[in-house]
Amino acid sequence: MKKDLHPLVMIALVAAATLFGRALPTWTLSLATVAASNALIALGIVVLARTGNVSFGQGLFFAAGGYGVALIANAWGLTDAVTQVVIGAACGGLLGLVIGPLIARYSGIFFGMLTLALSMVFYGALVKSTMLGGSDGFNVGRPTLFGMSFTDPREADFMLYAVSVIVTGFAGIGATILFRSEFGLASLAVRENNLRAEYLGISANRVISINFLIAAIFAGASGAFALMAQRHIDPQFAYWTTSGEFVFIAVLAGNQSVAAVFVASMALELVRSFSNLYLPNTWQLVLGVFLLGVILFLPRGIGSLWISKRHGRSTSKAALAIEEGAAQ
Amino acid sequence: MNPVLSVRGLEKRFGAVVAADGLSLDIPAGQKISLIGANGAGKTTFVNMVTGYLRPDGGSILLDGADIGRRSPRSVARLGISRSFQIPQLFVELTAAENLTVAISGVSARMSLKQRAEAQGRGEKAVDLLGRFGLANVADRPVSELAGGVRKLIDIAMALVRRPKLLLLDEPTSGVSAEEKFATMDRVIHAVAPDAATIVFVEHDMEIVSRYADRVVAFYQGRILADGVPSHVLKDHEVRRYVTGGVR
Amino acid sequence: MNFFLTIVLDGLIQASWLFIVALGLTLVFGVLKILNIAHGSFYALGAYIAATAVTMVAARGLPPAIGFVAMLLSVALIASAVGLLLERGLLKMFYGRDEVVLLLVTYAVFLILEDVTKLIWGVNPIYATQPYELFGNLEFAGLYYVGYDLVLIPISAVIGFAIWFGLNRTVIGKIVLAVIHNEEMSVSMGVRVNRVYAIAFAFGVLLAALAGALTAPKISMQPGLSSDVIILSFAIVVIGGLGSIEGAAVGAILVGLARAASVHLMPQAELFVIYLIMAAVLMFRPEGLFKRETARRI
Repeated sequence: MKKDLHPLVMIALVAAATLFGRALPTWTLSLATVAASNALIALGIVVLARTGNVSFGQGLFFAAGGYGVALIANAWGLTDAVTQVVIGAACGGLLGLVIGPLIARYSGIFFGMLTLALSMVFYGALVKSTMLGGSDGFNVGRPTLFGMSFTDPREADFMLYAVSVIVTGFAGIGATILFRSEFGLASLAVRENNLRAEYLGISANRVISINFLIAAIFAGASGAFALMAQRHIDPQFAYWTTSGEFVFIAVLAGNQSVAAVFVASMALELVRSFSNLYLPNTWQLVLGVFLLGVILFLPRGIGSLWISKRHGRSTSKAALAIEEGAAQ
Repeated sequence: MNPVLSVRGLEKRFGAVVAADGLSLDIPAGQKISLIGANGAGKTTFVNMVTGYLRPDGGSILLDGADIGRRSPRSVARLGISRSFQIPQLFVELTAAENLTVAISGVSARMSLKQRAEAQGRGEKAVDLLGRFGLANVADRPVSELAGGVRKLIDIAMALVRRPKLLLLDEPTSGVSAEEKFATMDRVIHAVAPDAATIVFVEHDMEIVSRYADRVVAFYQGRILADGVPSHVLKDHEVRRYVTGGVR
Repeated sequence: MNFFLTIVLDGLIQASWLFIVALGLTLVFGVLKILNIAHGSFYALGAYIAATAVTMVAARGLPPAIGFVAMLLSVALIASAVGLLLERGLLKMFYGRDEVVLLLVTYAVFLILEDVTKLIWGVNPIYATQPYELFGNLEFAGLYYVGYDLVLIPISAVIGFAIWFGLNRTVIGKIVLAVIHNEEMSVSMGVRVNRVYAIAFAFGVLLAALAGALTAPKISMQPGLSSDVIILSFAIVVIGGLGSIEGAAVGAILVGLARAASVHLMPQAELFVIYLIMAAVLMFRPEGLFKRETARRI
């Protein structure tokens, strides 16, 4: 095991990254803000994936957070950025609390398909809802921070950058602590051999539900960030391609390192920006080729989210089959 | 004194196959009892029902007087029954110590967010338990790197974490070489001794059975063929005919 | 009664093209065990190629019937070629790896094809409505139906029957079925599984593209078509059962009817009702309505 970074060191890194934002040009700043927000939701997927369940429908909580904040902001004039993040996280969390226990008992592929289906149900409902603006969605005003409003675009961008980097950074620290904890170990155990975990008195459903809740909270907060950055919300937040992109980042990152998630997210944004700049309408092409390249040449990075799970499942299944066969 | 485990009229069918046909058995505390029988005789089904993996079609299972027949494996584990597996069920990607830490974390209802090693000294407890089996030196090796015999021991160690009232071992020496089997079984008995647990072990190896069991129960087609001390049961005609062989 | 018939007819019209797409997807899954995320991209490709063919024919002043035939032929040829190329050239490299890897590969192909279609045909909507008038209009139960829409129903039924017949009554079909049910056994019996893979994949792509071509005259071709279609066909295949042909048919009809009913009864539900059914199936009967028959392993 690599030497673990001390939490204080990680906090220092987050502070440094925030301050570094002063030196960055505007385009990098907005890029980094989007990257941080995407990393947050991808991190949630990685947390959940450690139980062997990959969510292909995080768009559900992403949109729930975004729409929740947008509606509240427009209705009550709540524009404080931090409050909005908290509301977004709460919206995602509330939904995750309800849904998690319902789907925790489904394994791997069915779990994934269920999350996908649920997010598309939400998408379908949003598109046809005239009250929420249908497929066009609606706009929100500029965010403020602790009562201060930012008319200078440069300051506004930096404020958003700082909030997103700090929140995502702390989420990353939280995730790292989680991974190193007993609960984190139990999560890996559940992925590997959930029957044995049950025999040891561990409730696999509870472990999965808690991880699911964390992922939902992260996704809701990320939705708030996306809303603040775009100042617009629409059903696309819940669409499967949006969820797919977040899974893409998580897959690229693998499940060993939290830092990898930030790197992967930043890489995605850079690729997107540069190809949009030089060759319009090609960023998906570049991304696709990039993905193929990674699959071919970096097999460790890909699939570590899933490979252990298959091993664990097949040995336990085989063992139990033999045991049951012995009873025939 | 009341028996730790009391089974009455246990029944289980898989289609046309009768795995349990009115099984009744009382196991007193502290006894070391061996279940023998040919493949398909119903020993593993019995173990699966006692540990909550299978639900009996009929009959009752009482642990210290409480009915556990309808409970889940998790619930049964919490009540004091632990088992090991014929093919070790381990978390292969984790280290030996981590496997035990998971087992330890399963004991309490709440799981700690504290860092693994420090969490109430659980890391030490894991290594300590491994030491009882003579495995302290492989504590930090991933299980995937360890040999079958070692995995077997870790599997049993994990079952012991809860200090169970009743420990069920499914073929503890299968897959262990002839030279090693006594040493392995010695280690297991030695490790369990401080807790004075009741041990039920399924075995095919009659040398192990005669050496370590206080009592032997022979299964055949879901029924108990014979039940008594090893010297008696192993000489029984029907047992030799249907279980151990040696009678033509 | 009229109302009921309207819904049924509308549902069947929808189901007809949905079935063809879903059939292709379920076939590829059954044989190669791959969930082809790029399946919708081939639908879009088929639609775009068809539009181009129709437009070229119309520009030469030829009658719409020729345009119809031309679009089907060109799509069939190009799609099969692309499908074969993709399978032999790209997918083959990843066989034997974790099933998720192949999923990611098809996702990459989906991304690539999205932009390829944008680069070739641009981002503005394209129309190719000439063949739509080929079969006139029909009045039924007080409503007007376009003949073309109604003709699609028997066309898709024929295609479905052809595939069923091909699989169950021809030697090649039986070989394909063997691979679907037990690949290992098929290999040990000397089946050239690689060939079966190539054929099945090419067919799957062909079906998707054909569906796209057949619907091209009644829709607008624009970016986003492929992502809409793949998620829809995926829902159908999950509802019907992955790898099952009957499932694809039943799933398509169910979804078609659900959509038609929603449009008439509760328009807000039109989109989400499909995924609600999908979620319900996953929760209560995860293997789908028609479990693909698996032989008992000894």
